[in-house]
Amino acid sequence: MIAEHVAFGIIAAVMVASALRVVTTRDIVHAALYLVIVLAGVAALFLLVGAEFTGITQVLIYIGAVIVLFLFGIMLTRSDFDQDEETDHKRKFPAILTALLLLAVMIGALVDRFDDLKLDANPQTTAQVSDELFSQYIVPFEAVSVLLLAALIGAIVIARREEGG
Amino acid sequence: MTAASVMSSLLAVEVPYWASSIIKLGVVALVVPTAALILGYVFLMKMMSFMQSRLGPMEAGPYGTLQLLADGLKFIQKEDIFPEKADRTVFALAPLVVLISTFLIFVVIPTGPDAVVAQLDVGIFYALAVSSLSVVGILMAGWASANKYALMGGLRAAGQLIAYELPLVLAVMGVVIQAGTLDLQKIVAAQANGEIFGWGGIGNPFILTQFVGFFIFLVAVQAETTQPPFDMPVAESEIVGGYQVEYTGFRFLFFFMGEFGTAFAFGALASVLFLGGWALPWGDITHWGFNIAGPVIMLVKIMAVSALIFWFRFTYPRLREDQLQRLAWKFLIPLSLVNIVVTGVFKVVL
Repeated sequence: MIAEHVAFGIIAAVMVASALRVVTTRDIVHAALYLVIVLAGVAALFLLVGAEFTGITQVLIYIGAVIVLFLFGIMLTRSDFDQDEETDHKRKFPAILTALLLLAVMIGALVDRFDDLKLDANPQTTAQVSDELFSQYIVPFEAVSVLLLAALIGAIVIARREEGG
Repeated sequence: MTAASVMSSLLAVEVPYWASSIIKLGVVALVVPTAALILGYVFLMKMMSFMQSRLGPMEAGPYGTLQLLADGLKFIQKEDIFPEKADRTVFALAPLVVLISTFLIFVVIPTGPDAVVAQLDVGIFYALAVSSLSVVGILMAGWASANKYALMGGLRAAGQLIAYELPLVLAVMGVVIQAGTLDLQKIVAAQANGEIFGWGGIGNPFILTQFVGFFIFLVAVQAETTQPPFDMPVAESEIVGGYQVEYTGFRFLFFFMGEFGTAFAFGALASVLFLGGWALPWGDITHWGFNIAGPVIMLVKIMAVSALIFWFRFTYPRLREDQLQRLAWKFLIPLSLVNIVVTGVFKVVL
């Protein structure tokens, strides 16, 4: 178990340091790139606890798609390569307050749920994930897919209206 | 059980864990440049030349075989130039991100019953996920170069790679449904032990039932590796090489190795998914001899797939950006969805 603890410590330290840089750096592209490190850390943590499928999904969705969309958006809308004066830190204190509140809520919820839960030593296989997803959690799964479809259609409608108007 | 353990059984030496890790790392580190050399020489230099009625490189080594090595040495000697306004750290890291993404794909590609660096339960899913990391590197290069052509190339690359990632993943779904697993080794086994209506003479290579998937996969691979006719991101006649425009010397070499290494890796994935991988349908596929024969069988199949990819590359003119996006969203993605539905129906009925 010692090796896992050391690995967790290293990954967590890198993630916290990068997360701090995400909010303190003045260059918005750098912020997005630091976010890549944070998200890769999340994927590494999933792999560490044996959740292979979730870890790989994290890489595919967040790093391969979400971050790429962030970068795409930033590069499409900004043309200056220099430091951004607009990326201000004026609303620093409300932001810190929100973050702390969120932290408290998350700690409360996680400790309450997973306090002395022991993880299964065997890695969780993809077959197990999909079996559970399509039997026990079928209703939330379908609800989420309908929600995503609604979001998708909504996005298209809004984009089209702006184009027409 | 890996390549290293095969070596140990051949040499009757017990290989400790750290040593086998180092051997695996070394194998992967060697495969990428070698793959780039093979594809670069056989297809980019010789096949293209013959198709255009010329000889190609003939001076360096017999039939110009050492040309790319000479080019590589030349690249390493060149001055390492950073544009004045470039974002130096990001500029330097970008080619590495692309190259690491290529290295990571090779980790799961099996070349024999034991000859694989890591056999993952999520095999093909992992390979597709890490291959999508190269987009981040390309966007970093496009941004950090502080050059409008580079930025334009980076944006085009991102738009194209996102669009073609979907058909790539969806094309693989058909194979996954048929094999009933994401594990690349089990996909190989499913094809070697498969039967066509009770006849097991040639196994059941998925190209026979998933020919639509194979076609979509090849087109998407072509676009993912930004090869012509999908080379808008690097179109030299419009944007002088896109995100690569400011790169010289060994950093450019990294991009070159990344492009050709990834093409080779996708060729290997196509062979595993559709052509039966390292196995032959005859005999016992767990026989250790396949650890020796497997890489050779794989190489033959990879070269066949690569020949197709490069044949397209040298034949078709470049697609315009709107044609390119239309092909992905309005043709390939619907087609792959239909393919998944049909495969699913057959899976349940048969």
